[in-house]
Amino acid sequence: MDPLLFVLAFPLLGGVLLALWGDRERAGDLNAAMSLLTLAASVWLTAIVVRDGPLTAWGEWFFVDPLNVFLVTLTAFVGFTTSLFSRPYMRIERDHGKMTPGRMRLFHSMYQLFNGMMLVALTTNNLGILWVAMEAATLTTVLLVSVYRTPASLEAAWKYFILCGVGIAQALFGTILLYLAAERAIGGGDEALLWTHLAQSKHLLDPEILSLAFVFLLLGYGTKVGLVPVHNWLPDAHAEGPTPISAVLSGLLLNVALYAVLRCKVLADGALANGLPGRMMIGFGLVTVVVAAFFLSRQRDVKRMFAYSSIEHMGLMTFAFGLGGPIANFAGLLHMTVHALVKSAIFFAVGHAAQKAGSQAMEDIRGLLKVSPTVGWGLMLGSLAILGMPPFGVFASEFLILTTAMREAPWATPFLLVALGVAFAAIFGRVQPMVFGETSLRPLAHPPALLPVFVHLGLALMLGLYIPPYLDGWYRQAALMIGG
Amino acid sequence: MTSLLSQSINLFAVVLLVLAFAMIAQRRILTLIHLFTLQGAALAAATLIVGYLTGQHHLYFSAALTFVLKVVLIPILLHRVILRLNVRWDVETLFNIPTTMLIGIVLVIFAFNLAAPIAGLSTSIARGTLGIALACVLLSFLMMIVRAKAVPQVIGFLSMENGLFFAATAATSGMPMIVELGIAFDVLVGILILGVFMFQIREQFDSLDIRHLEKLKED
Repeated sequence: MDPLLFVLAFPLLGGVLLALWGDRERAGDLNAAMSLLTLAASVWLTAIVVRDGPLTAWGEWFFVDPLNVFLVTLTAFVGFTTSLFSRPYMRIERDHGKMTPGRMRLFHSMYQLFNGMMLVALTTNNLGILWVAMEAATLTTVLLVSVYRTPASLEAAWKYFILCGVGIAQALFGTILLYLAAERAIGGGDEALLWTHLAQSKHLLDPEILSLAFVFLLLGYGTKVGLVPVHNWLPDAHAEGPTPISAVLSGLLLNVALYAVLRCKVLADGALANGLPGRMMIGFGLVTVVVAAFFLSRQRDVKRMFAYSSIEHMGLMTFAFGLGGPIANFAGLLHMTVHALVKSAIFFAVGHAAQKAGSQAMEDIRGLLKVSPTVGWGLMLGSLAILGMPPFGVFASEFLILTTAMREAPWATPFLLVALGVAFAAIFGRVQPMVFGETSLRPLAHPPALLPVFVHLGLALMLGLYIPPYLDGWYRQAALMIGG
Repeated sequence: MTSLLSQSINLFAVVLLVLAFAMIAQRRILTLIHLFTLQGAALAAATLIVGYLTGQHHLYFSAALTFVLKVVLIPILLHRVILRLNVRWDVETLFNIPTTMLIGIVLVIFAFNLAAPIAGLSTSIARGTLGIALACVLLSFLMMIVRAKAVPQVIGFLSMENGLFFAATAATSGMPMIVELGIAFDVLVGILILGVFMFQIREQFDSLDIRHLEKLKED
């Protein structure tokens, strides 16, 4: 009995089942149930990894090590809570006439397949399969972004497809170059793209090929991460798609893409030994943080604003991994975790707030606390958490990143501080009137599922105060593995 | 005989590049699809010859896959789409061919410079053509940027995929089979989704002009 098999099989099976099931009465429940099974399998997998340490499966084609084990659990967990949130949310969307039965079928089926593809991307040991799974994860969400068929959503989905397609094509070229280097170093064949083999002989890889390969890989997967200047698809796709999709795109897909960059960085670092990959990531990360913070302050659409906030945070993580070293890497991994939790919680609250107002424009959303205190507090606390207020986990990771930056790259800290300040002023200033004050909002037709919001925020709070020892151990081991 | 065949790899590589240029300069959508089909055929032939010369039998399979996908399935799909959308005789006027060609030439020089040091390290029989492969990728990229209609953009996307497949054959002895299958599957699903998508765009805007899709700007 192999838990990994179940982790990968449940969502793929769920995708097929829900496509056959269609838009019956219990489709939302079935979706949540399949996600719960996936979560259970990944908890089982985690328990085995805690007990026995890293493992490889099926002729080394798949593997679980400290770097991906927590991401697998996180993905399955947020996948499950989002499926809970989407039950009432999508029902309200259907009542508003935005979703037809066919579109509901598409949504549920593709949601499961999307989760499955991300889990394949996280656990595969083969960098070629990683590419295939990343592309497949994009393909499953393209039709979901355009599911409302409004002109804006069609535009967003087209941009998403074309820009990510071009980006991912560059990543494919990078992978081909990597294979070329591997062929020279350890011989060709099916094993030559296995990450564990490449990592063992990374110092044998040709530096000239690897530096070019890493440029393509960083730009390619960086498109998916949302790095400036290849981020244009991200705010549109987040703002125009259904909110559950915005939550999983922000919370999960961006993480998976960054994970792909990290895997490639380990190899490039080993081959180059001149710190070039790290410096490139510092540069891209810093530009991303600053540009996103200033764009963020000019937004009127609430989902767009938080999409830019995701870009900013992904930039911060890229910057942290670029700095390298045990502390910055640790902080980057922690930030990946808490950002995924907090940002998806914010999108849950924002989704219901926009449904109440019948609009995503921030000036139409006023006085959430009066109509539904839970949505209001969820949004307020989530915003405070994402802005790095103690005692939430984002504070801990941002603090670690900033202190390391002061030591390793002091010139970068003023930019970071200004960007964080601008983001703080913008988001806090916009969220306050949305939460407090007078209201003209309508109550919702179905009671929203807001438990996930507070579970996520509770976990982010816990990670700010106390990190469980095994999680701490993984972060440390993974931080050493990423090196830099 | 062998030297003649290895020469013919270079010949097919040049055919690929010339076709990429022809696609950039082509205004008519129907001709564009024919050019794309030809490019697929040239790619399949090049892969077949590399496979024969190096004795890498999985390249035969790869060539067959390319043929089925790029010469048969995708062109059929594209023909059906343009027939149903009634854009078969569409002509795109709004771009400047000479300027685009000049930019294309610069891109080719850039690609050759970029690939030169790496091509020398490759052990593949077709290593001299890595620069051409990269040039094809960049030219398709250019085509996607300058075109304002949905179908030419999609063809640019597909021809970029052709360039990448050729790069894999030119630089290495072909990617592992399972990866190649996965890529082919992604391409096929992608083109199906794009097909659905073009109908959605058409339904919404009564046109396949991508310039309608420029409303989402930063304010």
